[in-house]
Amino acid sequence: MSTTANEAPRSRGKAPAGERVADWADGRLGIYSLAKANMRKIFPDHWSFMLGEVCLYSFIIIILTGVYLTLFFHPSMNEVTYHGSYVPLQGQLMSEAYASTLDISFDVRGGLLIRQIHHWAALIFLAGMFVHMMRVFFTGAFRKPREINWLFGFLLFVLGMFTGFTGYSLPDDLLSGTGIRFMEGAILSVPIVGTYISFFLFGGEFPGHDFVARFYSIHILLLPGIMLGLVVGHLILVFYHKHTQFAGPGKTNKNVVGMPLLPVYMAKAGGFFFLVFGVIAAISAIATINPIWAIGPYRPDMVSTGAQPDWYMGFSEGLIRVMPGWEINFWGHTLVLGVFVPLLIFPLVLVAIAVYPFIESWVTGDKREHHILDRPRNAPTRTAFGVAWITWYMVLLIGGGNDLWATHFHLSINAITWFVRIGFFVAPVVAFIVTKRICLGLQRRDKDKVLHGRESGIIKRLPHGEFIEVHEPLSQEQLHTLTAHEQYKPAEIGPEVDENGVRRKVKRTEKLRAKLSKGYYGEDSQIPKPTVEEYKEITSGHGHH
Amino acid sequence: MFAPADKAQADETAQSLAIDEGKKLYAVGCASCHGTGGQGTTDGPSLVGVGAAAVDFQVGTGRMPAQQPGAQVPEKPVVYSQAEIDQLAAYIASLGAGPAIPSEEKYGPEGADIAKGGELFRNNCAQCHNFTGKGGALTHGKYAPSLEDVDPKHIYEAMLTGPQNMPSFPDGTMSEQNKKDIIAYLDAVNSDDTVEPGGLSLGGLGPVSEGLFAWVFGLGALIAVAVWVAARTAKAKKS
Repeated sequence: MSTTANEAPRSRGKAPAGERVADWADGRLGIYSLAKANMRKIFPDHWSFMLGEVCLYSFIIIILTGVYLTLFFHPSMNEVTYHGSYVPLQGQLMSEAYASTLDISFDVRGGLLIRQIHHWAALIFLAGMFVHMMRVFFTGAFRKPREINWLFGFLLFVLGMFTGFTGYSLPDDLLSGTGIRFMEGAILSVPIVGTYISFFLFGGEFPGHDFVARFYSIHILLLPGIMLGLVVGHLILVFYHKHTQFAGPGKTNKNVVGMPLLPVYMAKAGGFFFLVFGVIAAISAIATINPIWAIGPYRPDMVSTGAQPDWYMGFSEGLIRVMPGWEINFWGHTLVLGVFVPLLIFPLVLVAIAVYPFIESWVTGDKREHHILDRPRNAPTRTAFGVAWITWYMVLLIGGGNDLWATHFHLSINAITWFVRIGFFVAPVVAFIVTKRICLGLQRRDKDKVLHGRESGIIKRLPHGEFIEVHEPLSQEQLHTLTAHEQYKPAEIGPEVDENGVRRKVKRTEKLRAKLSKGYYGEDSQIPKPTVEEYKEITSGHGHH
Repeated sequence: MFAPADKAQADETAQSLAIDEGKKLYAVGCASCHGTGGQGTTDGPSLVGVGAAAVDFQVGTGRMPAQQPGAQVPEKPVVYSQAEIDQLAAYIASLGAGPAIPSEEKYGPEGADIAKGGELFRNNCAQCHNFTGKGGALTHGKYAPSLEDVDPKHIYEAMLTGPQNMPSFPDGTMSEQNKKDIIAYLDAVNSDDTVEPGGLSLGGLGPVSEGLFAWVFGLGALIAVAVWVAARTAKAKKS
């Protein structure tokens, strides 16, 4: 009796509060099925898979600190006289934007630290995206079905560049003003419409009174809004596609080996967020970034040496610094090639890497899904292309900082400029060839390791006096990992004569494709994996060799 | 009639003694490039009319005597004592009229307007010397040196005489007060006493050093943290 008396009120009474809240929410949002489907989502473990997280967290940090900065920043170009606490600018005329940035730095509680966190996080965000993108590139994680997500990521990088640039321009200091002037010059160099675009953007003659307010809307609303949407899309696609993984025992194209989202990855990711925040905050407390008080207010009649954009725009600075100052004059019009050509190359540098996945899938004719990552050495042509692109980018970055290279290494700035001009064409080619050779060398080494085992460092003397090094055979896991990659055959053009003996027309693109495919998978581009027969023949032999 | 003449002669004796000593020093240390009478050769410019201020700057910062020909003669440890520099300066000043060594009240901090100096600096100097005088590159290996902790007297003399690749800013172009303001500004933003409210200044060179710092220490630290986190994974209990 007593037991039923005890149970009856519990079953009829109210459920625990947590359960009721969950029920309430589930009835309205349907979170139960969503959580059930995703809470046990598996993520593989590798440090390089956390680079994207670095970007996500620094993006969140940028948004949070940015909101704080908007509370005190005045996006206005009205001229005011400074009477704040920074002595070396007392009584100077400056825009309200610059004055309010000085106030944020010196008179707002925590303002300078927040400003520095915002700016350092921005540099790290872009650097993180660059490295994350390279990780995806070199492991072939962009292959089907992830091409769209690759493009989302690429767009985030480009939008990040422009969000950064507009943010860098807001304080209206002498450095950023020079950067805007640079941009205005590039716009003016566009034939026919350049002047109109410039007038449209600045509301008349440069600098005018509008650009800070306009850049402000773009910087805090338009671009971050688009980026936020893209980030969400990017993450949804990561969930939808599931994460890629490196080859290994038990890992196939159809499974994901790792830890579940809840609780393991939630804890890890949550902790990692605070670690990222901590590192960025520490750096912001240690090192100055963009000391606008030392730089001074912008005036169009002033300019300083050492005026560079933030690093992610540095390659465009390099393009403009090394381009010869050519111009063409005809019928009273001037075509400033010295500025216009860099303006045309600027998007090409970026697009070159963005379109690569589509070129690769066209050349190789590979339309299958890939969830197992490549080791960079096993895709020598892709790896070589990626390294060539990075080299290209780095050469331009050197060009962007040519004055600092000159003063710090006691070189002539003209020599550096010529180095960059030649390197722009030559360095990527050299990098391509060298990288491909290195990849093939590493493939040979892998083959050697599979067939002959690991060098143990033990020297053995044979009865007849010969010295040999004892090689230890690899474990089954290691053997699997080293031989898991697929090797492709170059695409053939196919028979040029049909079944009736009529010659069919072979399109030029088809020929090009076959040629490129041979470059990818031909004899010179991959070392054949050791076969089972080879392995057995060697390992079944008597002793070593 | 003789008395004033005597007095004048006595003054001249002290002056001419310095000139004589300076001439001897000149013959040993300078004449091989600048010519026996300071008239200049193919290896060095004429020193007639450069004034005592130019000598005090060039020799006082160790730039002269030059070590080797090149795009620009760099700052070096000073070879001569201040007394010898004064003698050399007296000799060069005797070759032709030129700017004299400034007295301390001209470059001292009294009555200087730092903010005005900053504006003047950004307008006239920053093109080559950077926003706060950290230095910058010029063409073909020439450069504008860093102005960090340079003796105010030498900054004043440099503006006055325009050494090497620098243009000169005589008093007619830039008044004595303006020079004083610029020196006070540099003392405020680019000396040992400069307060760096944001922490390490990273050389004060702008976005290049900031970008390097972000990549090496920012992203470097974050990757190290990522490796550390990834290495510590939840492991299935072995039964």
